[in-house]
Amino acid sequence: MALPLRVACSKCSGSEVDMISAGIVTVSYIAATVLFILALSGLSNPETARRGNWFGIAGMTIALLATILGVVTQQYATLLVALLIGGSIGIVLARRVQMTQMPELVAILHSLVGVAAVAVGFANFMDPTVHLSGVELTIHDIETYLGILIGAVTFSGSVIAFGKLSGRIGGKPLTLPGRHWFNLALLVGAIWFGREFVIQSAAGGGLEPLIIMTAIALLFGIHMVMAIGGADMPVVVSMLNSYSGWAAAATGFMLDNDLLIVTGALVGSSGAILSYIMCRAMNRKFLAVIAGGFGTGGGATVVGGGEDQGEVMPIEAQETAAMLAGAKEVMIVPGYGMAVAQAQHTVNELTRVLRDKKVNVRFGIHPVAGRMPGHMNVLLAEARVPYDIVYEMDEINDDFPDVDVSVVIGANDIVNPSAQEEPDSPIAGMPVLEVWKGSTTIVLKRSMATGYAGVQNPLFFKENTRMLFGDAKDSLDAVLKAL
Amino acid sequence: MRIGVPKEIHAGERRVATTPEIASQLIGMGFDVAVEKDAGVRASYSDEAFKSAGCDIVSKSEDLWGQADIIFKVRAPETIEAVLLKKNQTLISFLWPAQNPELLKQLTASGGTVMAMDSVPRISRAQKMDALSSMANIAGYRAIVEAAQHFGRFFTGQITAAGKVPPAKVLVIGAGVAGLSAIGAAKSMGAIVRAFDTRPEVKEQVESMDADFLMLEFDEAEDGSGEGGYAKTMSAEFIKAEMALFAEQAQDVDIIITTALIPGKPAPRLITADMVASMKDGSVVVDLAAEQGGNCELTEADKVVVRDGVSIIGYTDLPSRLAAQASQLYGTNLRHLLTELSPEKNGEIDVNMDDEVIRGVTVCKDGETTWPPPAPKLSAAPPKPAEAAAPAPAPTAKKPSAAGPIAAVVVGGLALLGLGAVAPPSFMAHFTVFVLACFVGYMVIWNVSPALHTPLMSVTNAISSIIVIGALMQISSDNDVIMWIAAATVLVTSINIAGGFAVTRRMLEMFRK
Repeated sequence: MALPLRVACSKCSGSEVDMISAGIVTVSYIAATVLFILALSGLSNPETARRGNWFGIAGMTIALLATILGVVTQQYATLLVALLIGGSIGIVLARRVQMTQMPELVAILHSLVGVAAVAVGFANFMDPTVHLSGVELTIHDIETYLGILIGAVTFSGSVIAFGKLSGRIGGKPLTLPGRHWFNLALLVGAIWFGREFVIQSAAGGGLEPLIIMTAIALLFGIHMVMAIGGADMPVVVSMLNSYSGWAAAATGFMLDNDLLIVTGALVGSSGAILSYIMCRAMNRKFLAVIAGGFGTGGGATVVGGGEDQGEVMPIEAQETAAMLAGAKEVMIVPGYGMAVAQAQHTVNELTRVLRDKKVNVRFGIHPVAGRMPGHMNVLLAEARVPYDIVYEMDEINDDFPDVDVSVVIGANDIVNPSAQEEPDSPIAGMPVLEVWKGSTTIVLKRSMATGYAGVQNPLFFKENTRMLFGDAKDSLDAVLKAL
Repeated sequence: MRIGVPKEIHAGERRVATTPEIASQLIGMGFDVAVEKDAGVRASYSDEAFKSAGCDIVSKSEDLWGQADIIFKVRAPETIEAVLLKKNQTLISFLWPAQNPELLKQLTASGGTVMAMDSVPRISRAQKMDALSSMANIAGYRAIVEAAQHFGRFFTGQITAAGKVPPAKVLVIGAGVAGLSAIGAAKSMGAIVRAFDTRPEVKEQVESMDADFLMLEFDEAEDGSGEGGYAKTMSAEFIKAEMALFAEQAQDVDIIITTALIPGKPAPRLITADMVASMKDGSVVVDLAAEQGGNCELTEADKVVVRDGVSIIGYTDLPSRLAAQASQLYGTNLRHLLTELSPEKNGEIDVNMDDEVIRGVTVCKDGETTWPPPAPKLSAAPPKPAEAAAPAPAPTAKKPSAAGPIAAVVVGGLALLGLGAVAPPSFMAHFTVFVLACFVGYMVIWNVSPALHTPLMSVTNAISSIIVIGALMQISSDNDVIMWIAAATVLVTSINIAGGFAVTRRMLEMFRK
């Protein structure tokens, strides 16, 4: 950050009644930038993360104060009322939200960033005090256009993601015929109206193509997320996270504000990396996820699936309890089923009882378990499972041969051995938790239905696997009672 | 349906075909259970225990056979029992149809259904009903207990104040279920255990139990694995090499447990009188094949004989000598079979001859002998899939050629040059900041712990509401429309700022050691 961060707002550089000078505003912005970076780097560890969050809050407060004192010249009352109302709504939301609803909350908050980017873009476009010409005007117009475009996609995409995650919209991918052509048409339309906008803007107009483009972007966001199925949601949520950052960065270019650019770039790259991690954990290409429709087209031929897998061996809660109590090493592998059944508190109770019996209980978390990156970790943390016994897949996958009992709670594809054993499988090559290498695996499942990928799971038919059928929470309650 | 459990009348038999615990599970499946008076006494299961489990106690055997739809027995029926079987009645017990053709004929003639627990097919699905394995497991364990009884020393080595005691050396011949069980029991008592088997694939199992697997110094690789996981007869040279190994071992070890059986044949003679003579005084041989003639030349069935100072134990009723345990495992095998027979759990059974397992155990039905069954499909070692399907998808996985990334860099570079050529310096300054920030973000985010990805998303969400600054710049506008749009934006983003930070804080508070 050797470059000076400049506040080059066309209005505020001069004479009006600013309480602090532009230089101080700039310095405050530098401080805010540094604090934001510290906030993110704090997240490398839960202990430093708590401090990091305070850095983030401090950075935001400094940036807000500096802007309000140094840039805003009137409408203080409106501003304060808006801040107070919005802030209270936000705090109430944050207090009330259930940890299982976190993906929904994150999605709806993303949509707010999107709508803000659109609003700021339009307001900036309509602002009569901006006077530019030539290349500068063209670049400014393109910045405005991009900011609104990304903002609108973020907004509508996040709203649909929210609907899907909260169950208001069905989780199945919507696959319109020729949907790729439809997307292409929308893209071409967006580019063409962009050109129109730049041309008309130079002549003093341009509002019309801008509005049409916004509509196209909204439609694109809706269509894109509708086509993506439930278990790909971790990718979608992190992608929208990334978009909200790029929208902020584009707005920063438009407003000549380096703080926005830097923050937007940080958030954008964060979301992009998360998307990349999620895709890698599913062994899928980012574009393939975004193109959507997984599990309906290619998955029709279930390879090596139904034929003569052998028989599953059911087990009762009593026996499960006896096996767990007799084990030395227990590995619990939670999946989305645990979140659905709200079983995390029972899991914690079980963990506590077993640890009191000197059983070494650990958790193995697959990166895409759940509906959002880190979803399982948050649920377990909520239930007060100590985080130092919760491990990532890469950390514990080699330990399975020493595990006496693995308990798979509502997970399927992430423990599917055919990802390694069958090169033709739709999920071949996806990294999976190798539970079958342990002595015994107990799978908690409601029925024998296949997982999201529509692939039969040979794990259930392995000789050392036992199936505990039923709702995860009820089953675990019964196991806990038997212990 | 009513299940009858008669008292075993075979001389010396202590086992019973069910236990109170299993009976209550059977009742839970919808069956009635009647137990003959004193049926479980010798296995330490009293009539009171059966009664409190919900069973009826019947004092006369004939009454019990008369009223029951299903008879659970351990031993094959004696002649006086066989006549009691009637049409529409099902008898489940050990039967050994190959050895008892007369009995099978008689039972067939009665018109009832008979299932032989010794005929459970050896497929993985039927393991839970495999009574032979259950009994072999007990026999192997009990063999070590019997050996310890007749062996005058410790199994485990000790260093005591009075001097050093060497550990006993145990040789187990035949590493089937019984052999492995004997290895486990001897090992847990502290002995040094060696094992021999003609089937090389059991080497791993033996070694997993921390015993030594003895290999034959034999040129030609010969595999003793026969049908259904049992051993087969070996070639003459093999047997010669094997006998040399045993002769050598006999001089060294203290205890020999032999479990070698070949289905349908007399037990192979492995330990000769000379070998016994060469063993140390006080040594013990336990011959688990005594019933089939014995692996040891000097074995006498059902007796303990002492020859040249060596005790040779030929008990044929080892499972019965651990009656409570044997009854419990056998009863559980029966319960699993009944579960297969009664898939609806409605207390009725359906002898479905299309089911491979049920077909295998049923030896006669409706006046017809259905034994021997067609050869089972072996699921433990599936035939190798056709080669044609195999040729691994030729490694066409394109190596990522260097051209792609280079082209991307060149195109990217040109685009940047083009941008630099036309863009004003103010834009380029911002662009520099942007690119640097992307790199800082990249470096910082890779260090984030995967466990904290959700807090990462909520906190980035909060800080991306920095976009509020845009709205703050506009809120002082004299244009009312712009002012109100900006005010609304401030409101919306402040939801995000407060909500994002608060929820992140809430989540991070939960992460505790």
